[in-house]
Amino acid sequence: MISSETSARAPFAHKHLLGIEDLAPDEIVALIDRAEAQIEVSRQVEKKRTVLRGRTQINLFFEASTRTQSSFEIAGKRLGADVMNMSVASSSVKKGETLIDTATTLNAMHPDILVVRHHAAGAVHLLARKVSCSVVNAGDGAHEHPTQALLDALTIRRHKGTIRGLTVAICGDVAHSRVARSNIIALNALGARVRVIGPSTLMPRGIERMGVDVFTDMRRGLADCDIVMMLRLQRERMAGAFVPSVREYFHFWGLDQEKLGHAKPDALVMHPGPMNRGVEIDPEVADGPQSLIAEQVEMGVAVRMAVLETLAEHLPNA
Amino acid sequence: MSISEVSSPRGRRGDDRPLVITGTRVVDPTRDLDAVGTVVVIEGRIAAAGPDALNQGVPDGAEVMDGAGRLVLPGLVDARVFVSEPGHEYRETFASASRAAAAGGVTTMITMPDTDPVIDDPALVDFVMRRARDTAVVRVHPMAALTRGCLGQEMVEIGLLQDAGAVAFTDGRRSVASAATMRRALTYARDFGALVAHHVEDATLAGSGVVNEGEFATRLGLPGIPREAETIMLERDMRLVALTRGRYHAAQVSTAASVDILRAAKGRGLDVTAAVSIAHLTLNELDIGTYRSFLKLSPPLRAEDDRRAVIEGLADGTIDFVVSSHDPQDVETKRHPFAESADGAVGLETLLAAALRLVHNRDIGWSTLVAALSTRPAARLGLEGGTLKPGAPADLIVVDPQVGWVLDRAALLSRSKNTPFEDARFEGRVLRTLVAGRTVHAYR
Repeated sequence: MISSETSARAPFAHKHLLGIEDLAPDEIVALIDRAEAQIEVSRQVEKKRTVLRGRTQINLFFEASTRTQSSFEIAGKRLGADVMNMSVASSSVKKGETLIDTATTLNAMHPDILVVRHHAAGAVHLLARKVSCSVVNAGDGAHEHPTQALLDALTIRRHKGTIRGLTVAICGDVAHSRVARSNIIALNALGARVRVIGPSTLMPRGIERMGVDVFTDMRRGLADCDIVMMLRLQRERMAGAFVPSVREYFHFWGLDQEKLGHAKPDALVMHPGPMNRGVEIDPEVADGPQSLIAEQVEMGVAVRMAVLETLAEHLPNA
Repeated sequence: MSISEVSSPRGRRGDDRPLVITGTRVVDPTRDLDAVGTVVVIEGRIAAAGPDALNQGVPDGAEVMDGAGRLVLPGLVDARVFVSEPGHEYRETFASASRAAAAGGVTTMITMPDTDPVIDDPALVDFVMRRARDTAVVRVHPMAALTRGCLGQEMVEIGLLQDAGAVAFTDGRRSVASAATMRRALTYARDFGALVAHHVEDATLAGSGVVNEGEFATRLGLPGIPREAETIMLERDMRLVALTRGRYHAAQVSTAASVDILRAAKGRGLDVTAAVSIAHLTLNELDIGTYRSFLKLSPPLRAEDDRRAVIEGLADGTIDFVVSSHDPQDVETKRHPFAESADGAVGLETLLAAALRLVHNRDIGWSTLVAALSTRPAARLGLEGGTLKPGAPADLIVVDPQVGWVLDRAALLSRSKNTPFEDARFEGRVLRTLVAGRTVHAYR
């Protein structure tokens, strides 16, 4: 789909993809454009390409994530890379090795691309400084999750034609969400009006200075929205810590058909997954006609292929 | 003379006739009114109250009461009442507490959640409201727990509880020790416009203390509770209110320094109110005398300087409400050595009579008294009442400020008799109490 956000491909100025914050708007658009082209690759019978042939991609996940990890794995394999998954359970980090030791060890294996998820914000940046290959942030603490924001932007653009001028509500556990942060930056850069909605206990201080309007009431916050983006609520954040209970959370902030009715009639519903049905989202909405949740998964592979392909251009002998 | 009720919880006498109280002093802080006039009640509501109230003449068939030498005030709204039901009905029930309330001029009781079970679930709020509706002769509004089980750990379902009818959130006798939990509760409650009421006492600093720390405690050989147990917690809470911009109410303050803290907080524009109990306004630590356990309270009765300071705080509006802190304790929990007996005293029936001491001493005026006992708590908790404005529910009391009497503990209507005012002399008495225009108590 051609839209106002397509751009002539400018050279990608970065060795790593550590966050949306580092990207200029046209760089974001360029990545989305590239991803658009990858969708067809995934839909073909013959999905294999050769851009990363001979390259080694290591998925280093200090935090379990079946969804993101397999999305990166498939993306790398479709581009022809040799993909290796390392999870924290089998790594020596548990034995007291520091993150920098891990980086040094990995670096000695000469990977070309390192895809990293870590529970601490900034850990991916630390690794990036210590290895010689390209690093992709697959989620660092509550900081950023850039490929999620890119796939969300791609999904929205495919349905709405443009992102500029849309009103997007990001709802739920904003405080702990790297998805929210990356999306706020990306959507603002692309000209959307962004709102965040949730209980104040799940709102980080100063979030309004990131260029969003803050709402604590779902119905008011959803009024006239084009896109409703739900966030996953971690169960351990219930039980009296940040919100009192599942039932209360669902009653006031869970997205059901009635609350969705306050958004525009053609509003679309998104969720980064995995969903807690009946906690942050009603099953009827999650699986309903306005839901793009399954499509987001497909776009995830395309976006990760685009990112890997883009970074590959910076690899030695590329 | 004896006290008698003219209504039973179920078979309320139908006061369908209009009531006209003539030639009486009418005090209504909501209209800056303190003047001799008339009060007209029709169909459960105030039809008119003030000097010009008889412009329309006496309604047909009205009961006319001579109010000369008496006062008509809005019924009292007592924002801190421990009822003991459910769980300890032998101490008090909604029925017995409400009869005591009516006798003391209290037309609305705000009940505390630290019962057994703790009122921390919407179904339990519903239980309290149904039980009160079926058995109480005055209005009852529950506060719900702020944390589950009042244990200070997990927040309750503030939204659902508020929808069920909880008017505010508190852990009753307990303080929330964790600043993080308190911060979250204030932050979360703010989304619902909910009021957080807090017992301000650092339990670690209070330790095993049982009286105010100082010379008196030392002389009695009793472990003391420093004033700082209250002020440190109150100061902490003020910082958290500033951080969260929450709605906050200090359930009871007792020290001079607390008044200063509150004054400063209000000066900074924080949404803060505070209450003082009638005992802390009218008694001091020396009243404990020889280990009288009926005067063992939490916070403890303080020194005379503190008492004077909280009266000044009340007079200048720094302290917003006066509460009874009605806390029925049975003989078994009070008949122990002072240090081992339970905290708490009953207070519904003596609330106004004791408060009148402040008026008679010219510490405060009638209007300040009524504002603190009725108007402000009603407004802060979002309730009707606390006013004699036309159209308001006819929750009112007729008071004779001159009747002298001595409190006979045995004549108390509460099931528990742990009054700190045993054999006290009072001047002034509630003659008649109306809730929604119905007489729920009359003194003969």
